[in-house]
Amino acid sequence: MELFVFVAAAAMVLTGALGVVTRSNPVHAAMSLVLTLFGIAVMFVAHNAHFLAAVQVIVYAGAIVVLFLFVIMLLGVDKAEDLSVEPITNQRPLAAIIGVGISAIVIAAIVSSRAGLGPSGEGINQTTIDSPDANIRQLARVIFSDNVFAFEITSVLLLVAVVGTVVMARKTKSVGTGK
Amino acid sequence: MLNLVWLIPALPLAGFLLIFLFGRVLGEPRAGILATVMTASSFFVVVGVYLDLLSRTAEERHHVVTLFSWLPVGSLHVDMALLADPLSITMALFITGIGSLIHLYAIGYMHGDPKFSKFFLYLNLFVFSMLMLVLGENLLVTFLGWEGVGACSYFLISFWHTRDSAATAGKKAFVTNRVGDWGMMVAMFLAFSSVGTLSYAGINAAAEGGKLAAVTATGIAMMLFVGACGKSAQLPLYIWLPDAMEGPTPVSALIHAATMVTSGVFLLTRMSPVLHASYPWLGDVIATVGALTALFAATIAVAQTDIKKVLAYSTVSQLGFMFLAIGSGAYVAAIFHMVTHAFFKALLFLGSGSVIHGMHHEQDMRKMGALRKLMPITGFTFIIGWLAIAGIPPFAGFWSKDEILLAAFANNRLLWLIGVITALLTAYYMTRQVIMVFFGEARWHDHAEENGAHGDHTPHESPWTMVTPLVVLAGLSIAGGALQLPFSHSTKFLEHWLEPVIHHSEVSIAGSWAESNKWLLLVVAVLIAVSGVVASVAVYAKGKFKIIEPKILADAWRYDSAVSAIVGGPGHAAFGGIAAFDAKVVDGAVNGIGTEVRAASGLLRKMQNGLVRSYAFVIGLGAVLLLAWFLLRGIL
Amino acid sequence: MFSLAQPTSTWYLILSAVLFGIGTIGVMVRRNPLIMFMCIELMLNAVNLSFVALSSQIANIDGQVAVFFVLVVAAAEVVVGLGIIVSIMRRRTTLTVDDMSGLKG
Repeated sequence: MELFVFVAAAAMVLTGALGVVTRSNPVHAAMSLVLTLFGIAVMFVAHNAHFLAAVQVIVYAGAIVVLFLFVIMLLGVDKAEDLSVEPITNQRPLAAIIGVGISAIVIAAIVSSRAGLGPSGEGINQTTIDSPDANIRQLARVIFSDNVFAFEITSVLLLVAVVGTVVMARKTKSVGTGK
Repeated sequence: MLNLVWLIPALPLAGFLLIFLFGRVLGEPRAGILATVMTASSFFVVVGVYLDLLSRTAEERHHVVTLFSWLPVGSLHVDMALLADPLSITMALFITGIGSLIHLYAIGYMHGDPKFSKFFLYLNLFVFSMLMLVLGENLLVTFLGWEGVGACSYFLISFWHTRDSAATAGKKAFVTNRVGDWGMMVAMFLAFSSVGTLSYAGINAAAEGGKLAAVTATGIAMMLFVGACGKSAQLPLYIWLPDAMEGPTPVSALIHAATMVTSGVFLLTRMSPVLHASYPWLGDVIATVGALTALFAATIAVAQTDIKKVLAYSTVSQLGFMFLAIGSGAYVAAIFHMVTHAFFKALLFLGSGSVIHGMHHEQDMRKMGALRKLMPITGFTFIIGWLAIAGIPPFAGFWSKDEILLAAFANNRLLWLIGVITALLTAYYMTRQVIMVFFGEARWHDHAEENGAHGDHTPHESPWTMVTPLVVLAGLSIAGGALQLPFSHSTKFLEHWLEPVIHHSEVSIAGSWAESNKWLLLVVAVLIAVSGVVASVAVYAKGKFKIIEPKILADAWRYDSAVSAIVGGPGHAAFGGIAAFDAKVVDGAVNGIGTEVRAASGLLRKMQNGLVRSYAFVIGLGAVLLLAWFLLRGIL
Repeated sequence: MFSLAQPTSTWYLILSAVLFGIGTIGVMVRRNPLIMFMCIELMLNAVNLSFVALSSQIANIDGQVAVFFVLVVAAAEVVVGLGIIVSIMRRRTTLTVDDMSGLKG
């Protein structure tokens, strides 16, 4: 069963990823990204991270990708870019080497340290029928006790990001010289 | 009283500072009176210290007063310390004594000069520096004074700096002294590197104890001699002294007759153990240079027409005598001659200043004559000075010159002969000077209009401020010989007094032919002096023989122009070469580095193509390499 | 039934590595700024996946806490990034990343 879930979710993730990289139409690429995000959410559930799966779908797929689509529509960049020509010489082969290289090295690291990692924490609470919010509760307890400072600072970060973006993206009087 | 040794230089320094701050307010003549009082008080302190030293036994006449620790740097420990011992107190006595007399004289001489206070400012600074030179306990304090007197000499020579010749003379003195200073500095470096200390006690103890290798001692002594040549105007660095006559006459008297030029003699005497520990040929070199300088300068003085230039060359000549004595190992004779020379040369200079003042600043002897009746006191004292320098007994100069000739005879007959010829010439040209100025017929009538005198063209006697020092110095020139009379052991006062300082290195002539026959040599010296006087009288007063004053002597053997030709021609070219080397090679290397860096960065600049994707590629490449390295090292 | 292999966390980690590699290639190859941004989101998701997989392997909730914060920061980053892209591309919508080479030199 888990194997089936894994294979399906992995297929979704990889298909979506390849779609983002290869589709020339930005809207199509955004749709592929949604597919990837859903696949990732399924894998979160498989690891009993139910809260994170929900947040992934709501925030990432539901807000961020929508934001992407808004900008695509706003700016009218739905015209496709020409993917057949590459202005920088040798960029594609070099990019392939880098990508494959990073993946290979990380995979090698993972494979070589397979046996090393064992359980070291108090465990992850399973969400069951009896306690459907066990995962959220554990997560919340940790966030709001051990990491409360980080939590507060990230909220400030969000505020700063919003304010900054509003200021930055304003239309100035002379549009021609806007940044 | 001995602990108040620091007062001796402090009083003139206080005078300097007070005039520096309040000179304009004090004005004439109070600034001069202040300066004179300061120097005179210093003299009284020196007398007190002297009496204190006398009350001690001979071995204990050595007192060090440490003011503060000056340079505690690593292994070099130099204190600002003053040493009161027979040699330094002897020097301090005549520096402050003659110094105060000259200060008094200058009050009269510089009357009416707009820079009156400044003159006394420099004079007091000079006395301070000179006292630091002689009272120093180590080479560095002496060097402080050494440089100070050089600087003050420059200030005072070019005192009337609006005259081009005066400004040039000041620069010449300073630059020539600097060459000598280099020698002294190298000597200090050598002394420190070999002995580890700069104090006289340390260095002399090392030399006396045999810890100083002969090579090192020779090196140190030779470099000190180079410094002494610069300061004491010996060949080849004497050229600044005749030109230094551009300064006011009190300056010539104080600095260039009595005190600064004797610093070289003092230094070599102070370091006599080092001289003694070096190779014997160095002493011969010093004596030969001294004797040759004496002869050289005496020949030039025969043909000079400026009253002060004659005395300047005479000073160079007498300093040559002193170095002849040092080279022969007769330190007592050198110091004796230094003291008597201070007396009569200061007298002669001040007398000539009085003549110049009375003649309304005329200095050419050909325009003087028959001044004896118009300036009686000046004439009388000048004649006493003349007799002293010519070497006529019983005046002071005779005894000291005889001592030197005696020591020279015992050492090297040839040098004695040169000394005798020089003594003859000395008597000759000094008599010439006296005759031209004070006797004969009055030649100033024809030239009086040239000097724009204020109404009265007749030369007049000088005021009491100028005449009193002349009288005092005349008395000293008569009686000064009593310091060291050769009659018996008990009359050799100076020798006993200086014994703790030079006992190790003084070359004794006891038992030599010269010592046994010293009366014979004494008579020879008297005869030489008298014959010089007689010859001069015959030529200049009676007119029996033709006047021999060849032009080459008047041009000082064209030495100056030779030096200018060498330094100006090949010297200039050599320095030009060095300057070009500096500009092209040194600057070129530095600038070249800058140019190369710019070229390299120009090449690197091409990597910045502004494309985000290639930057991303580089980041990715870096990440791959780093990860690969970690993986291979087994960290991951 | 043949015994099916259980997907261990290693499999998930390998998947996240491959996803990361695809994202890297995408950043370097695509010229549209918006799509480059999406590829960066791919890389972030790969990291999130590896965090969760490891957290369940070592039975520690801290991995999920990390994902939580990564999510928040990614959201903020997207906001700011899109704001920048909007303000740059407002003038001409056919701009590609290659045209924004003002730092050349």
